[in-house]
Amino acid sequence: MLLIHCPYCEEARPEVEFAYGGEAHIARPVDPSTYSDEQWEEFLYIRSNPRGRHHERWRHAHGCGRFFNAVRDTVTDVFETTYKAGEARK
Amino acid sequence: MTGFRLADGGRIDRRTKRNFTFDGKARWGYAGDSLASALLAQGQMLFGRSFKYHRPRGILGAGVEEPNALVTVDRGPGRKTPNLRAPSVALHDGLAATSQNRFPTLKTDLIAVNNMLSAFFPAGFYNKTFMWPRAAWEKVYEPIIRRLAGLGDSPTTRDPDHYDATYAHCETLVVGAGPAGIAAALEAAASGGRVFLIDEQEEIGGGALSDPAQWAWLAEASAKLAAMDNVTVLPRTTAIGHYHQNFVVAAQRLTDHLPVDEAEGPREKLWRIRAGEVVLAMGAIERPLVFEGNDVPGVMLASAAKTFALRYGVAVGRKLVVMALHDSGWHDALALHKAGVNIAAIVDLRREIAPELAEAARDARIACYPGYAVTGVSGGQAVNGVTVALAGVGKGQKLECDAVLMAGGWTPTVHLWSHAKGTLRWDENWGAYVPDKTHENLRCVGACAGDWDFGSGLVRGLLPAPKPLHESKAFVDFQNDVKARDIGLAVQEGFRSIEHIKRYTTNGMATDQGKTSNLNGLQIASGVLHRPVTDIGLTTFRPPYTPQSFGAILGHHKEALFQPLRKTGIDDWADAHGAVYENVAQWRRARYFPQGSEDMDAAVARECRTVRSAVGIFDASTLGKIEVVGPDAAEFLNRMYTNPWKSLEPGRCRYGLLLGEHGFIIDDGVSARLAPDRFHLTTTTGGAARVLNMMEDYLQTEWADLDVWLTSTTEQWSVIAVQGPKARRVIAPLVEGIDLSPEAFPHMAVREGKICGVDTRLFRVSFTGELGFEVNVPAEYGRMVWEAIWAEGEKHGAAAYGTETMHVLRAEKGFIIVGQDTDGTVTPDDAGLGWAVGKKKPDFVGKRSLARPDIVAAGRKQLVGLLTDDPQAVLEEGAQIVADPNQPVPMTMIGHVTSSYHSATMGRSIAMALVAGGRDRMGETLHIPMPGKTISAKVVAPMFYDPEGSRLNG
Repeated sequence: MLLIHCPYCEEARPEVEFAYGGEAHIARPVDPSTYSDEQWEEFLYIRSNPRGRHHERWRHAHGCGRFFNAVRDTVTDVFETTYKAGEARK
Repeated sequence: MTGFRLADGGRIDRRTKRNFTFDGKARWGYAGDSLASALLAQGQMLFGRSFKYHRPRGILGAGVEEPNALVTVDRGPGRKTPNLRAPSVALHDGLAATSQNRFPTLKTDLIAVNNMLSAFFPAGFYNKTFMWPRAAWEKVYEPIIRRLAGLGDSPTTRDPDHYDATYAHCETLVVGAGPAGIAAALEAAASGGRVFLIDEQEEIGGGALSDPAQWAWLAEASAKLAAMDNVTVLPRTTAIGHYHQNFVVAAQRLTDHLPVDEAEGPREKLWRIRAGEVVLAMGAIERPLVFEGNDVPGVMLASAAKTFALRYGVAVGRKLVVMALHDSGWHDALALHKAGVNIAAIVDLRREIAPELAEAARDARIACYPGYAVTGVSGGQAVNGVTVALAGVGKGQKLECDAVLMAGGWTPTVHLWSHAKGTLRWDENWGAYVPDKTHENLRCVGACAGDWDFGSGLVRGLLPAPKPLHESKAFVDFQNDVKARDIGLAVQEGFRSIEHIKRYTTNGMATDQGKTSNLNGLQIASGVLHRPVTDIGLTTFRPPYTPQSFGAILGHHKEALFQPLRKTGIDDWADAHGAVYENVAQWRRARYFPQGSEDMDAAVARECRTVRSAVGIFDASTLGKIEVVGPDAAEFLNRMYTNPWKSLEPGRCRYGLLLGEHGFIIDDGVSARLAPDRFHLTTTTGGAARVLNMMEDYLQTEWADLDVWLTSTTEQWSVIAVQGPKARRVIAPLVEGIDLSPEAFPHMAVREGKICGVDTRLFRVSFTGELGFEVNVPAEYGRMVWEAIWAEGEKHGAAAYGTETMHVLRAEKGFIIVGQDTDGTVTPDDAGLGWAVGKKKPDFVGKRSLARPDIVAAGRKQLVGLLTDDPQAVLEEGAQIVADPNQPVPMTMIGHVTSSYHSATMGRSIAMALVAGGRDRMGETLHIPMPGKTISAKVVAPMFYDPEGSRLNG
């Protein structure tokens, strides 16, 4: 079971307290109506799925309830870092 | 093999006898014996029948690697455990063990005829043979194969035991308490941190238990560990898996080693240990050698014979021949000789033997055959001799013996290392994979690190033989009956990767996970393919390390504790009034309230009629509820839902439709605006948590500028739906401070006031099409208010109704249930809810997707009503719909039935369905093929009762 550091609680807590939230830094466009079908498809469905460093969202669902971002290695599952929502991509 | 108890030696207590049974016969051993050692001491050589050919099999190893001697231990009703390894079963008084996989008896096994036919059972035999005719598979082949194959019998009764579970944290966890593990634990403990030392055996010591020279040290070290407060030593505890970040799961066996009447408390305890550092000291397992007849009872690992002699005081035979490729075999032979076991000869394929070993053997008057290989074993149910030949060529010569010891080198136990995604490195000297790199704070010590001086040896599993490979009966995997020639055949048939060879031959796929067969299989494949072992790959080790009871994994999570059962404040009342329940998203909900001998159909019909003609009362407390508060609350809901919210006036309600960004319906519910900055949202019962999560997501990450708070209030409110033409009359005497008149309190309005003296949020809403109210009161008053309403209702002929009636009533009105009439691919327009989409809104979640090409395309499945031609035929929900019932199979399916009931109100069946281009098919007759018949039905609008909505006003 992973140990995940919540940047809001500032504590490493077991994985069962958290919920995975998909790839990070995919911002909803301010005005989706300006998006072409291809751009909208990209936003909805296309994900990077890297081997290695992956920026992803987690929610401390059974803790503070906050969404935050993390960098996790998809090969080793090791968390490089976690940081608050809204902070720049690491 | 004719084993016997040595005159002295071993760690057994010769003053304490233990009586037990094996296959029903009375046997005895000593305290400290394992089942295997006690039986060997009594001359038992035959322990089981093999998996596929039912060949007689004896003991191979002295530990958990044992593939052959699988037994069932019976500890009373529901306490029968199959597939235990005899060397790992501790002897106790009254132990009742039986052998497996034999019919009718171990000695006379009729299915052993498979063995004579073994030429017809090569690798992939089942796949190749039992393919045709297809229908025969289920009825003929599978039952026969299942009877013949399979290991042990599954228990058929409930397990009466209970199982404990705990979490533990420590600075250092040491897995394996041999000399290396004990040393690591002592060292870690000296620093003062918390240390766990766990070991699968009855007592700690590992390999030292088979070496009397180390017993004094072992006793001292054990005492030292026991005296330290920061050290926890857990014997009989198997680390079954290593998971992320040094999270190790270990199962401790608490009572199986005790006589049944002394066993108290939980049977096993599952430890979930999070460790700062994990030290693996799991040792190494000796490798068998692959030669003709290597599975005859009496052929075993040299290290096992040594353990039986030195730890248990048992000689495995009276005259032993050692077949060694490795120095360790010579060391074991000399140790056995010293312990009084007669070693007749040491055969070694190597021509050059270390001079000190050769000399020691000569001094012990052991005949040596350097450069020789065993090429055959004689004996059926027991060894009576071997054939040895120079370089494995020619007829060779016979040696008389009753046991053969194999010393094929060592395989480090890297299972947990691999669970932790540690990489492995091929070590030429070991002829095995050893630990290389890991990203965990994890290290291996001792033999499992490849760090132990066993001397040197040849690296090859398959001995040279005069017979060609395809004729030989040399076994690689004893438990799955895989022969060297099966691996040869797999390669010949084109398999190249060990992952494929493994699956085709089943090598290493038995309950022992190939602890003694994987490396030999790899080397044989490498030889046949003429490619280095490292090119063929390595199969992956997965938890559990040894087979594990489901009981321990389940722990306390069973029966009432399996998952939470949520009950409303009114649940007790429903129980007392005979409710039949159904579970909905962990909630226990009253489904219907049968009276007298009513079945569900009769009860639901009565409940429906009562609601339509008088009044019904329904516990709707499970509805998801979210309080949305803040200056931007309306703006937030406007962005989330398809409907416009900003224009909704305080005191009014609105049906809200929630989409995902993909444009499909994911939830709905009626919500009320209580004040400019306060909304009372409702969601579906099952969707409450999901919707709150989604809203939090948008609020926190997309629109963090909005000033809004979300609070789950599902469990804060009891909700009592009062529905029917007499609804107003029922609640009127109880309500204070709210004008209930239709003019002052119209449909889709909300008022705050009191009911039965309790604060209420009173909704005038209807999920039935009748005049209706939903009474929200603080949860703790739910039962009291319900009873007051019920008492009033009874004056008006009210019925309590359940979810089944609620479903029928809403279907009569064509109201959808998200998740039943929608399936995650249904848009508002598909569901006929286009009216709920705010056309003027610039944006909301999912809006852009509603313009995607596939979603605006013609022919999408649309929600329609279906009326069967036979009014009494009730369609099955989920049934497929076709346009032409006479078309050839497979037919083109154009939709499916989503909701279907008998409607007492309509006096006939009604159904809703998703049908391709459904709204353009009004009046068409479609067909629903069912087993043995086809039902026809007419497409109608999904609104069966009171389409004008006049009944909403009572």
